Amino acid sequence: MSKTNYSRRGVLKSGAVAGAGLALPTIFTGSSAAAFTNEPTGSTVTFGFNVPQTGPYAEEGLDELRAQELAVEHLNGIGDGGMLNTFSSKALGGDGILGKQVQFVTGDTATKSDVARASAQSMIQKDGVVMINGGSSSGVAIAVQGLCQEAGIIFMAGLTHSNDTTGKDKKANGFRHFFNGYMSGAALGPVLEKEYGNDRRAYHLTADYTWGWTQQESIAASTEALGWETVQNVLTPVGAGDFSSYIAPVLNSGADTLILNHYGGDMVNSLTQAVQFGLRDKQVNGKDFTIIVPLYSELMAAGAGSNIQGVFGSMNWNWQLQDAGTQAFVRSFGEKYGRPPSGSAHTCYVQTLLYADAVTRAGSFNPCAVAEALEDFEFDGMGNGPTLYRGADHQCFKDVLVMKGRDNPTNEYDTLEIVEVTPVEQVMYEPDHPMFAGGDLGECNDGA
Amino acid sequence: MDAILLQILNGLDKGSAYALIALGLTLIFGTLGVVNFAHGALFMIGAFCAVTMQRLFSLSYEVVDETQTDFLGNPLKVQVPYVEGWFGEGAGTTLIDWSVPLAIIATIPVMMLIGWAMERGLIKHFYKRPHADQILVTFGLAIVLQEFIRYFFGANPIQTPAPSDYQGTVQLTQAIAYPVWRLIYFFFSAFVIAGVFAFLQFTTFGMVVRAGMADRETVGLLGIDIDKRFTLMFGIAAAVAGLAGVMYTPILSPNYHMGMDFLVLSFVVVVVGGMGSLPGAVAAGFLLGILQSFASMNEVKSLIPGIDQVIIYLVAIVILLTRPRGLMGRKGVMED
Repeated sequence: MSKTNYSRRGVLKSGAVAGAGLALPTIFTGSSAAAFTNEPTGSTVTFGFNVPQTGPYAEEGLDELRAQELAVEHLNGIGDGGMLNTFSSKALGGDGILGKQVQFVTGDTATKSDVARASAQSMIQKDGVVMINGGSSSGVAIAVQGLCQEAGIIFMAGLTHSNDTTGKDKKANGFRHFFNGYMSGAALGPVLEKEYGNDRRAYHLTADYTWGWTQQESIAASTEALGWETVQNVLTPVGAGDFSSYIAPVLNSGADTLILNHYGGDMVNSLTQAVQFGLRDKQVNGKDFTIIVPLYSELMAAGAGSNIQGVFGSMNWNWQLQDAGTQAFVRSFGEKYGRPPSGSAHTCYVQTLLYADAVTRAGSFNPCAVAEALEDFEFDGMGNGPTLYRGADHQCFKDVLVMKGRDNPTNEYDTLEIVEVTPVEQVMYEPDHPMFAGGDLGECNDGA
Repeated sequence: MDAILLQILNGLDKGSAYALIALGLTLIFGTLGVVNFAHGALFMIGAFCAVTMQRLFSLSYEVVDETQTDFLGNPLKVQVPYVEGWFGEGAGTTLIDWSVPLAIIATIPVMMLIGWAMERGLIKHFYKRPHADQILVTFGLAIVLQEFIRYFFGANPIQTPAPSDYQGTVQLTQAIAYPVWRLIYFFFSAFVIAGVFAFLQFTTFGMVVRAGMADRETVGLLGIDIDKRFTLMFGIAAAVAGLAGVMYTPILSPNYHMGMDFLVLSFVVVVVGGMGSLPGAVAAGFLLGILQSFASMNEVKSLIPGIDQVIIYLVAIVILLTRPRGLMGRKGVMED
């Protein structure tokens, strides 16, 4: 019969020593992992695509998701490579990023700031994402950008057009490829002058949140510089649905131009209702009444139907451009999904590739190294001509498109025509421009 | 003066929609005692009946046009509606153009069927449950219906225009031109409301229903199966909401959450009008619609910023403080 001499105290002591011994390598590894937030340690790296999958901008969000999925395929070497073939930087080879295959998780912002933050938080904490991309609203973008700054990961904004995103609310960890309200005003001004002259009386209907305010301010500044008078600016609730009680006063206001600072479903409804009230058939001050929609998207244009014909607006990018980058992207996207990509899809696709490229050039997923690689980065071949990611405010500067609703569309995607490609010099501004003042990028946060 | 007249007309339009939805809500509450939070979804489904009708008429076959190219440079596939092939181009185009008014014919039986299925399949199991349970289950049902529509039709608003002959404006005074369809909507609503009241007032069926609303037990003791009649009233209420939705589509492009936008306001309308009072619901619908329009005037907003957003709720508070049963509420309704 054998007897063991293990005492309870002895077992506990031995266990403690063995446990400490086993834990030692893990402690060092843990220290290494804490070098920055969600440092990828395996053979994969995870991106977080936070887009509206429900709510009024869900169609924009779904198109963004399509483009993001396509970008991941191209990064992993699947498909024809799309814009990787035309991108001026040749750091990416279609074999993942720094030897790691890219995977992604998705979240639903529902176009609500609190929901978007919760979704982003979950992706950062549970899924270990190194970058968040997406969004179809400036309110959401600003909220998520703030969260990413606190968490120490990079935010590559999707569709956000408010001046504030890279103005008073800019953050060192946030980057915007999309254009902004100021650029829309600067691009539209000369075209409107040429089309409608210098003597106009404009009535603004403006969505009552950060995007609407800054776009209205930008467009009013641009048109007033032409000599136009701003008769009235009326703030309207987001999602009002029936805008008739806001449109009716326009009829007797003496205005000859209605500027709709609305987006998505609100723009579709307000434009449709303005046309129903006969505004486009009206003559005021001896001039034909006109309607302007400063920010267009293809999905909105399709929703507005024939009401959009002849209406001027602006866009960040459009699938009808003829450069090699655009053609490569439209072909990849069109063959995979059977439809041309929207502007929001384009910006999310480009942002995903730009992030991957910056990581590769920096040789690290550390957000501060990535931010440094993106700052003042000049590139081409992504559909917008030569582009600068300005370091001072993390805003991309590139050509802007002035668009017009097509008079005789030939198919369901042929809703808009490009009137002018406004050169980047015309839409540039100083980082301390009054419309962008009041914010501070602050220091990059890597979460360490 | 012109501005005031314009806002009254706008208010009557909005009020028409509120009144029709509130009328249905009150019918259901008055007969079955159910607080139906899915009623906004019925309005939305009605609107999508018009969308479906438009899509059915627009069902197409493809013809390859070698002279044109699509966005990928391939020969363009042109969609030709079947109705144009069957009835000729002119008649086919007219059918598509008239899809909203024609949708009314299909909407009435479809909505009555949906109403019947909702009542028999789900809501009847909650008659004896507290109002809170009814609200929860009908609200949940509304979300399910809404997501169902989003799955099939997407999230974007869908253009469903009025027939081209009715898309313009009509000159009411020298200075006021008003959209024809909005006037049609108002008169249509007035017609539907009058029809419902006449049905309840002048038919034997309506008389029994009114008697049942007043004293369900006694009517039951007379050997009348009041439950069957109330189920039919649920179907009629659903059809009224559906009709309100169909005809509203040229005014507001349908989207899957449009019902929710109207539901809350319609409930306020019901409460202000008086729970269970049909004339109260109609009167409050028009009254609040007009007040909301006036509150949107720049002159009013410059005096009290944001008043357009809260006017309905402010009026509701004032009315409930001064007349706790609402404008025409009956004693004993929702007071147990």
